[in-house]
Amino acid sequence: MSTVTDSVDTDVKAHEDHGPAKGLMRWVLTTNHKDIGSMYLWFSFAMFLTGGAMAMIIRAELFQPGLQIVEPAFFNQMTTMHGLIMVFGAVMPAFVGLANWMIPMMIGAPDMAMPRMNNWSFWILPFAAVMLISTLFMEGGGPNFGWTFYAPLSTDYGPPSTTFFIFAIHMLGISSIMGAINIIATILNLRAPGMTMMKMPLFVWTWLITAYLLIAVMPVLAGAVTMMLMDIHFGTSFFNAGGGGDPVLFQHIFWFFGHPEVYIMILPSFGIVSAIIPAFARKHLFGYTSMVYATASIAFLSFIVWAHHMFTVGIPLIGELFFMYATMLIAVPTGVKVFNWVTTMFRGSMTFEAPMLFSTAFVVLFTIGGFSGLMLSIAPADFQYHDTYFVVAHFHYVLVPGAIFAIFAATYYWLPKWTGHMYDETLAKVHFWMSFIGMNLTFFPMHFVGLAGMPRRIPDYALQFANFNEISSIGGFLFGTTQFLFLFIIIKCIRGGEKAAAKPWEGAEGLEWSVPSPAPYHTFTTPPDVK
Amino acid sequence: MASEGSYYVPAQSKWPIIASIGLFLTLLGAGMMMNDMSAGVKDSSAHYVFYAGGLLMAWMLFGWFSNVIHESRSGLYSAQMDRTFRWSMFWFIFSEVMFFFALFGTLFYVRVLAVPWLAGEGDGAMTHELLWPEFAAQWPLMVNPDNDLFVGAANVVDPFHLPLLNTLLLVASSITLTLAHHALRANHRKKIKLWLAATLVLGAAFLFFQAEEYIEAYHELGLTLSAGIYGSTFFLLTGFHGAHVTLGAIMLAIMLVRVHKGHFESDNHFGFEAASWYWHFVDVVWIGLFIFVYLV
Repeated sequence: MSTVTDSVDTDVKAHEDHGPAKGLMRWVLTTNHKDIGSMYLWFSFAMFLTGGAMAMIIRAELFQPGLQIVEPAFFNQMTTMHGLIMVFGAVMPAFVGLANWMIPMMIGAPDMAMPRMNNWSFWILPFAAVMLISTLFMEGGGPNFGWTFYAPLSTDYGPPSTTFFIFAIHMLGISSIMGAINIIATILNLRAPGMTMMKMPLFVWTWLITAYLLIAVMPVLAGAVTMMLMDIHFGTSFFNAGGGGDPVLFQHIFWFFGHPEVYIMILPSFGIVSAIIPAFARKHLFGYTSMVYATASIAFLSFIVWAHHMFTVGIPLIGELFFMYATMLIAVPTGVKVFNWVTTMFRGSMTFEAPMLFSTAFVVLFTIGGFSGLMLSIAPADFQYHDTYFVVAHFHYVLVPGAIFAIFAATYYWLPKWTGHMYDETLAKVHFWMSFIGMNLTFFPMHFVGLAGMPRRIPDYALQFANFNEISSIGGFLFGTTQFLFLFIIIKCIRGGEKAAAKPWEGAEGLEWSVPSPAPYHTFTTPPDVK
Repeated sequence: MASEGSYYVPAQSKWPIIASIGLFLTLLGAGMMMNDMSAGVKDSSAHYVFYAGGLLMAWMLFGWFSNVIHESRSGLYSAQMDRTFRWSMFWFIFSEVMFFFALFGTLFYVRVLAVPWLAGEGDGAMTHELLWPEFAAQWPLMVNPDNDLFVGAANVVDPFHLPLLNTLLLVASSITLTLAHHALRANHRKKIKLWLAATLVLGAAFLFFQAEEYIEAYHELGLTLSAGIYGSTFFLLTGFHGAHVTLGAIMLAIMLVRVHKGHFESDNHFGFEAASWYWHFVDVVWIGLFIFVYLV
């Protein structure tokens, strides 16, 4: 702890030049946005493998009809924890990690606005993850009510470990809110002179709006779990009709958080893809301004569509209609975006390095997920699709080739900037094609079994679904094992490889390419001039 | 250190990791206490974990804020840092607004939709007939659908007694706080201390009467957490508001100590302003509470 410098007589001048501290404490005590970004990304990858292992258990059990490998009770814990860990442990921290690394470099800032709070936002996460995962080893098992933790499954019928699940959610929420405040303050306040709002890279714009969504809805989630906690331990009846409450109220509060939450997991992807496609099409992004307004429109609409998750629960007809039409409206700004990406590619000098492969796949496959979303938005049709594998197919199409492919793309795109080395392009292409094939094999058949009526979150199924499930499981194992290749590529790139130029991608734009590769420990200690 | 060498990037700090461990232990301890309570464990030692976490948190807050105050007073912060603090406090209060939005949303949903539906309105006819045909909608809800499990309150708090007094106290405290702020801008040190102390006294009186009201509710009115949805929403909203008043009062008390130590200048006192923003925020929430929980 001798390296701790809390006193104010820190030699500010000396601090400016020094590199990272040595040893473990560098990471524990750091206030450097690059260190913290790296920690977020590694944490996210660890959680991705953990949540992925749970998905493998699910797919192994569903390989054949009947019960082979796990008890139904444990299966429920696996579906629940897989969802929670992927959402709160893998996707969200990965985006915050990318924001930490890239936003200060993209806007010409020396660091995040509040570097110490930045460290705190990160270090809450491992503790929250420990609390969440430890519930699996508690008496009565871990949370088994699905990642949506609907009352009364989670209140009257949940295991005792639900208490710790609730507190883990509180910790994750505190971390997210602080992280989001930091990002907003950084973007609004630390831009280099000349970097006006409408000159910011789209990744910065999408993150600004994402951070706003986080601050708006994480407290609502905190309210929901707090009411759960009170129902469980203090005799209240928020979600108990016997006391005048309403279990449906839980769903309203949860989805008021939950729907903006799914956009929190996709908006930064839009920003990433909007950086990569122009770079590899060697053209400027088509329709920058419309991209900004489309993102803002999606964010606004995300607050008024939540009950489309609840069409079958028994809400008034007028509610069904309102939420149906409002949901369909989202297709308009999303369509603007897809149009702009395609138009950017149109007559571009395109090359398909790994970041571009993932981004192109993103545009195609995310659109498939968007279209199945439109199908689900039709309230009368949703009565058929609700709680079937069709829904599982839909949201995995927006989250895997949406959020996760964008994270892969961003990693390959900026890895030379982070490490100073080029990654192994051949292996990265193998990673892409195996992920692409594995992912589609896993989730495409789910559309069919879903439409045919296979319910989600059940460890067993009727015989006629056997073939498609077998294909899904094989695809799942392929996708899962491929990710070890991703890990290998990253480690290989960190350890060595062809030296990367300051701007390794011919068509790339942005301030991050004006600093050397690897980016120095401190960048832009004096703000650059932005023309 | 950017923008003409004026941007301050702090060096490594031990406080965030201590904060993380403290938060983890506090919540772990709280969870263990609640589970032990509900399971009826007699000799639970969970509270030791809770206290250990709480002490760490208190130490961390003291140390971390001391750092920030020292840095601020040694002139390391620029106008840019000041804007960062302002934005952050604004967005933090916005997050608090959204938390209360969820709680108020719950109240409105229950009053406007859930309770009437349980009594058969709208699409609720079958629910009403099959589950609790005797149930009639009213607000405050005195007789619950399952009144054996959740015994309704005998009476509710009279808004024109303690709640009205509390409204006056909080509104007055907002005024005295503004007077303190004006005094700070005019650099009348004595007046700042006077008005700030008055604000604290009013806040403490509010909390005292709120506690009094809770005792009355439990012992005389039968209005408890388990008195059905009326009691649930009543204590949820007033309880979380009370917790926020407590936090705001702690902030203001620290500001009073700092004023006594000679901190703050007439043109540079964001710590004070942040605490007063927070105080005005809890005041506004109370107005909402007074209208929608007590009055109508």
